[in-house]
Amino acid sequence: MNPGDGDRRLGRVIDRDVLQRVLAGAVSTGAEFAEIYAEDKRSTSAALDDGRIEQVSSGRDRGVGIRVVAGETTGFAYTSDLTEAGLGVAAGAAAEAASRGGGGVRTIALTPSATHRPNTIERDPDSVAKAAKVELLERMNDAARSYGPEIVQVSAGYGDSRKHVLVANTDGVLTDDEVVRTLVRVSAVADGDTGMQTGYQSMGHTIGFEVFDTVDVEELAREAARQAITKLRARPAPSGAMPVVIKHGTGGVLFHEACGHGLEADHIQKGASVYAGKVGQQVASPLVTLVDDGTMPGEWGTLGYDDEGHVTQRNVLIEDGVLTDYMWDYLRARKDGRPQSGNGRRQSYQHLPMVRMTNTFVLDGPDDPDDIIASTPNGVYVAKLGGGSVNTASGDFVFGMTEAYLIENGRITEPLRDGNLIGNGPKVLADIDMLGNDFAMGSPGTCGKDGQGVPVGDGQPTLRVKSLTVGGTA
Amino acid sequence: MTRFESELQEVADRVVAQARPGEQVEAFVARGGETDVRIYDGDVEHFVSAQSEGVGIRVIRDGRTGFAYAGTLAEDAIRDVLAEARDNVQFGTVDDWAALAEPDGVAVTEQELWNDELAEHPTADKIDLAKQLEKLASGADPRVRVDDSNYADAWGESAVASTTGIRMSGRENGCYVSVSTLADDGDGDDAETQTGFGFSVGRSPAEFDLERAAREAVDRATRLLGATQPPSRRVTVVLDPFVTAQFIGVISSTLNGEAVVKGRSLFRDRVGEVVAAPTVTLVDDPTNPEAYTATDVDGEGLAARRNVLIQDGVLRQFVHNSYSGRRAGTVSTGNATRGGFAGTPGVGCLALSLVPGTRTQTELVADVDDGLLVQQMQGLHSGVNPISGDFSTGAAGLLISNGNVGAPVREITIASTLQKMLLDIVEVGGDLEWLPMRSSGMSLVIRDVTMSGA
Repeated sequence: MNPGDGDRRLGRVIDRDVLQRVLAGAVSTGAEFAEIYAEDKRSTSAALDDGRIEQVSSGRDRGVGIRVVAGETTGFAYTSDLTEAGLGVAAGAAAEAASRGGGGVRTIALTPSATHRPNTIERDPDSVAKAAKVELLERMNDAARSYGPEIVQVSAGYGDSRKHVLVANTDGVLTDDEVVRTLVRVSAVADGDTGMQTGYQSMGHTIGFEVFDTVDVEELAREAARQAITKLRARPAPSGAMPVVIKHGTGGVLFHEACGHGLEADHIQKGASVYAGKVGQQVASPLVTLVDDGTMPGEWGTLGYDDEGHVTQRNVLIEDGVLTDYMWDYLRARKDGRPQSGNGRRQSYQHLPMVRMTNTFVLDGPDDPDDIIASTPNGVYVAKLGGGSVNTASGDFVFGMTEAYLIENGRITEPLRDGNLIGNGPKVLADIDMLGNDFAMGSPGTCGKDGQGVPVGDGQPTLRVKSLTVGGTA
Repeated sequence: MTRFESELQEVADRVVAQARPGEQVEAFVARGGETDVRIYDGDVEHFVSAQSEGVGIRVIRDGRTGFAYAGTLAEDAIRDVLAEARDNVQFGTVDDWAALAEPDGVAVTEQELWNDELAEHPTADKIDLAKQLEKLASGADPRVRVDDSNYADAWGESAVASTTGIRMSGRENGCYVSVSTLADDGDGDDAETQTGFGFSVGRSPAEFDLERAAREAVDRATRLLGATQPPSRRVTVVLDPFVTAQFIGVISSTLNGEAVVKGRSLFRDRVGEVVAAPTVTLVDDPTNPEAYTATDVDGEGLAARRNVLIQDGVLRQFVHNSYSGRRAGTVSTGNATRGGFAGTPGVGCLALSLVPGTRTQTELVADVDDGLLVQQMQGLHSGVNPISGDFSTGAAGLLISNGNVGAPVREITIASTLQKMLLDIVEVGGDLEWLPMRSSGMSLVIRDVTMSGA
């Protein structure tokens, strides 16, 4: 096999016969299940900083991860050698860790799954000239710098990737998926009497270069500049518990941390989540319906098949405040004797899959977003969230505010400096007392768990939490 | 890396030999492997064993830079990578300071970073260590169970070569064990669970202290049981060593030479000024063999060296790679960082430490009237802004009253600004610990920090 082959479809690079033989070999020493995950990814990125295109980079990542399961034990090995011999070595290494007595000859028959492609790619990133990609960054740089004289530094990045994934397992599953990602981000630094401040915007979708037909990159850049300049007049954020209104879109991180991770079946099965044993119970305000959906066209967390070869789907996790289901991967679903949910994901062929979110969001509520602010006498309005993190066992979670304002007498007033907010998941969900009708998806995110990052989407309408602790200094 | 004539050097040399007139070419070639064992409930939950390799090639021509990488060392793939890197050069903007590092005559401090004992350590024993650790942690306290117990080791070998005369290769390995605990208390609506962690690191398993790792994991979790949310107020904080190491890591990004030359450091133009309390001396010293991240060469193949960043509270210097050093009108301080073959060198501190004081944590706490012993922080990536200096993180720990450690507290944040915190450091503890991070830790007392709770 010549790694430089023009035809990148993995299904041709690794024959079905080879897959079947390697899988059979992997379970020949007594394991129950084996899986081959093959990935071929090409990526291009460009970085601009300090007024210069610093570099354009190209990358190729290609390899196979083989998983073998016996009882509660998983063996895993990976390799960049895609020949049958190379796969055999990896399978042997994985099987060794999961071997039991017995075994024998099993014939594996793979049945290719139907194509499930939520996304249609119109302009493959490989078909777009590098010059066009670089030009986006120059436009963003110009737009951010000309927004105001206080802007002293701008950095911008472009990235695209095209990844083929093939999954084959001893249950007969054979899936072939392709994921295209296109992303831009821009940071601006403003300098003023109170020191330096920052603004940031990003946009990413699982479609191709056609995304720039509708996304205005200059607008993203101006937004980043505006945030930075606004914060030059920011005062220290307040300190303590108070009502917090969170703008639509960006705020999806709140749910990702407050309950998203807590509803992953691995934490549930290990008794490491505050949501364990609560299916059927009220875990949130009746306003809240929470969905995890890996099929939303173009969204950052969307896939055709998850990284275990299960079709992605729309899963309602909380309905009108009642917990209806968790998220599952192959092993967790098998342990509970129930179907998978399309949430088995991994960072790359070098990583084990585990339960992960895809696109996680809360559906529209009844309220007018303007009413939500107007009916809040005093508190904080968070216009943009940064990242967050959660301790699923205790339920405590934090998320950062990167653009926020004081609410005084029902009106948005002064901008506030950056900080973290902290709350406890179940309590915060119950304390959502107003939910807007202006649903929007937020910026592309990367979810980190157990040392692995995967792309995720999130979203929500504007909402109010009766009480959250704001981590300011005032 | 421990210097080692690696076959990867030949791969790097062959790439550089293909440089055309007018081109600067650098090849970074790496290979590495890992073993990762997770134990749950006495059984192997997963066992990972694998290796990977790859090459990253940087080309500079007429001040423009191009880069490409691939996760393989197959010859035709390497040819493609060089071709891509060359193609990418045309899109870079001319940068008069762009150039590869040149040998600077600074002698490499040889280090012993490769341990044959680890390389030959039997797999069965690795599994056994993780099982022992789980047993120690789960048996220590009836309220405690183990979420996972892990053994992990990794080895790496790399070589860098350039048309400017850099030619360096080396290898290193290391291992650690870690355990995550859960402590439960109460029933029904009062039921609560807190978490803890413990770890032990070394160049070989012989250096592990499993008892200590288990004890710390159990203590961290059980100490927080019954924690409540306190009222908000200003307090003096005493940071646990692990937390201090994380705090120092944040400070290090303000001392990054690239941030300085691009106007993003809040300490730019302040060399020679007082930026911290007089008890603060901050040193980056990767030549210290006790540091977990000790190394002999940096990411560009120049000698790693000791750099004093803050001396008795006065800012002395920043850290640089060859690019930022050149732009700043100085030279590399041996601080090029490289996170593998898939990226170009950045700048960063390699092995930081505050010069420790002399007193124990108990003695430090005894001097605090109204304070907080911070056991853990949450959200460092979301509430800390090294450009504006804003610092706000989630936290959990124990209140301090009249010199004594008291009730546990949770669901709080601690906040201030980086600039103010450095000046507000009251004392640096003597309980120095070398941790599996780019910074060591010890107890640290900082006054006038806002604790936000109820």
